[in-house]
Amino acid sequence: MSDATPATDRPRLDLRGQRAHGDQAFRYLAIGAAALVLLVLGLIAITMTQRAIPVLRTMGLDFFTSTTWSEHDERFGALPFIWGTIYTATIAVVLSVPVSLGVALFITQVAPSWLKKPLIYLVDLLAVVPSVVFGLWGVLMLAPHLGRSFLSAGIILAIMITPIITSLAREVIETTAQADKEAAFALGATRWEMIRAAVFPHARSGLVGAVMLGLGRAMGETIAAALVIGSSAQIALSPLSSGDSMPAVIANQWAEAGATQKSALIALAVTLFVMTIIVNLIASAIVRRSMIRSRGVGG
Amino acid sequence: MSLGGELTRAFDLRPKRSWRGVKSNLMTVLMAAAVGLIAIPLVLVMVSVFSKGGAILFHDFPSFLTADIPPVRKAGPGMGPAVIGTLIITGTATLIAVPLGVLGAIFLNEYGGASKFARLVRFMAMVMTGVPSIVMGLFIYVVWTMHFHLQAFGGALALACLMLPIVINASEQMLRLVPNSLREASFALGATKARTVLTVVLPAAGSGIVSGSLLAVARAAGETAPLLFTIGAARTINTALFTDENTALSARIFENAKEAVVNAQDRGWGAALALVLLAFSLTVIARVVTAYATKVRK
Amino acid sequence: MATEQPMTESKSSSTTGGKLATTAPVPAPRPSMIEGLMSAPVVFTVEALDVFYGAYKAVRGVELAIRKNQITAFIGPSGCGKTTVLRCLNRMNDLIPGARVSGKVLYHGIDLYGPDVSATEVRRRIGMVFQKPNPFPKSIYDNVAYGPRINGIRDKAKLDEIVEKSLRSAALWDEVKDRLKHSALGMSGGQQQRLCIARTIAVEPEVVLMDEPCSALDPIATARVEDLMRELKQHFTIVIVTHNMQQAARVSDFTAFFTAELDTAGQRFGQLVEFDVTARIFSNPKEQRTENYITGRFG
Repeated sequence: MSDATPATDRPRLDLRGQRAHGDQAFRYLAIGAAALVLLVLGLIAITMTQRAIPVLRTMGLDFFTSTTWSEHDERFGALPFIWGTIYTATIAVVLSVPVSLGVALFITQVAPSWLKKPLIYLVDLLAVVPSVVFGLWGVLMLAPHLGRSFLSAGIILAIMITPIITSLAREVIETTAQADKEAAFALGATRWEMIRAAVFPHARSGLVGAVMLGLGRAMGETIAAALVIGSSAQIALSPLSSGDSMPAVIANQWAEAGATQKSALIALAVTLFVMTIIVNLIASAIVRRSMIRSRGVGG
Repeated sequence: MSLGGELTRAFDLRPKRSWRGVKSNLMTVLMAAAVGLIAIPLVLVMVSVFSKGGAILFHDFPSFLTADIPPVRKAGPGMGPAVIGTLIITGTATLIAVPLGVLGAIFLNEYGGASKFARLVRFMAMVMTGVPSIVMGLFIYVVWTMHFHLQAFGGALALACLMLPIVINASEQMLRLVPNSLREASFALGATKARTVLTVVLPAAGSGIVSGSLLAVARAAGETAPLLFTIGAARTINTALFTDENTALSARIFENAKEAVVNAQDRGWGAALALVLLAFSLTVIARVVTAYATKVRK
Repeated sequence: MATEQPMTESKSSSTTGGKLATTAPVPAPRPSMIEGLMSAPVVFTVEALDVFYGAYKAVRGVELAIRKNQITAFIGPSGCGKTTVLRCLNRMNDLIPGARVSGKVLYHGIDLYGPDVSATEVRRRIGMVFQKPNPFPKSIYDNVAYGPRINGIRDKAKLDEIVEKSLRSAALWDEVKDRLKHSALGMSGGQQQRLCIARTIAVEPEVVLMDEPCSALDPIATARVEDLMRELKQHFTIVIVTHNMQQAARVSDFTAFFTAELDTAGQRFGQLVEFDVTARIFSNPKEQRTENYITGRFG
């Protein structure tokens, strides 16, 4: 049977191979694509800070503490908007966390298996709806009843961050060791007692991380807030009063802003950027540590 | 005191009424209520979108798709420019972000491994997912729009920047799932690394990467803030990427939501329905792709 | 050039026949048979091979010669370095970070670890079959055609011919000829392993390395693969790692026995103990350690 031509019968055994140009080129392409991430982030940091500097130079630290925002007087104080961002995000988290936690617990501990998948799809469906659609609904259907206020904005934001917190909470809760749950049941615990004894201690830090990630998302969300928050630059305590938040201000004022105001808005964007980055970093660190810990122990 | 009575008491295993049991059931009810609470806004929003939007969208479907946007006060459908705009801008963004994102993921999983550079990139990609979309929009405004003026491509760039870290993340996870034995088999046959990645690893991870990318596209299609600064506000259909202002469904919904005129608001609902249908379809297709791939594997 | 094994009779004391505890009796080697085996040209010469993982010297001082169209078996307890040495023969150890070798692996006189040698070229001439069958998630046809396509063969007729020939040589053609386009993952374990063999021989290598090819297979599939090996050796040189010494006794012409030792620092390392014609090793081993292993006193 004639087949394999042994290598030794070929004229000269050459193991040098062709220079792998294509192989190297591909590798550099991949490296370049990865480096893009660093490039874009670096550019964001540099260019935005550059444009924000003029207004920061004129206002100094007053930018963060003053409450006057007037193009006419060329004085820009961001405090009302920082307040608005924090306030609405807090309302959103306060409203969303019990619901998210409840849903996550229901799906993982209570729901029969045929119900789990549809419920997860339900939650995912909520995540898919674009924020601007929630904004439209909010301004045309919700605001007429609750007014344009921190509360309205908070409710819309809560609806938007609930799917995020729920999915993460679900993941964290599911890492609870079966053995721990069974131990509680074996001692005669009711379901709620088991959850308090086995699930909560285990999932606590992961849940905190999930909530913080939701918080970060709520802080950065622009459109829904911009439509229903009321656009009045005041620091108010009542949730029913109107106010403004950083992203909303930027979105609403940009079109007609002059050069100095544009610089101020960019400075606002940088502030928002830094705040959300910090929150997200802390949150990710917490979530990651809790996952590592639970997987390390797990059976 | 009869002996029977003592025994009965000792072996009584019937469920007893107690506060503990009631409390547990109460909690279960609360959890179910939470599920209801999540369903309510979803249902309310969907009902509004489908009924109000449906009235506009399906009443005169062709002109919804093709007619120009009428002036605010006028009645009638007409979201053609926005539909085309969304398709063009999101499509371009996808063409930019997906190949670059997959390549980046290939670097992270196939070449970079645990090196310092790879860890830095991975970390920064995670940071990048947290950048608020409005910041991304302003960024593109500063580096692109200020030089090249309002055009569709700027919007596409901004969306691509938002999509990039999502695609990188999802793709890297899919690549990690490909067993190393497949790579070894390919190397043992004398294939180079590039060929192994392109002809063995990528196809094996393919369905996961596709569905992850589809979900990223669905999110990008719904983004508004980045477009506000980069594409302008056209009222007629514009298919050019680099010339003249453009518009998109999300941007139009935002504008129309601010109007007090009912006609404009109605058009907003129509656009909202179109956008929701687009996002839902992409999600469903992503699910189908995943399900099909899992079936084939069996 | 090649290291020759001494042909003198063993000087060890205990040389009575029948001391083996193995099930299948190994025929006493006839001098003519030994002469026939030893006259085959040498394909690989391994000289003073050490393998390092980082600073840790995992395998020390291996010397052996692989001969053309013979089956050479590496046997020994687990952790003795037999797979490590096998993977040196086609530079697959390069894929492990921190792995390096000292000493020489000469393939037809060329040092595989020399400066001008491309690992990709090496692997085109020296193929490998792995312990767990690893077909690509592609069709049966595309699996076998993968190698030829890499080598630039695009013509469909030629590919069809190669695929059929390889599948026939792997004793798989009749079973799959009607479903070449079906996924390779739909086959049984034994079929998948024969597919991997077909895939390897499709590129017409000179040498086929097999790393415990039957350990994941049931006895019937194992027997078929062993039959296959006997047929394949007419056209290929085969080196097989196996932890099943009866298999080595059944199938191989030469056997290399490895074991793990502790050095003065208490570190484990792998070492070649004895290398000889199979029939001689199993009937009359020179080393006490070899005899201990073969008679089942350890390992």
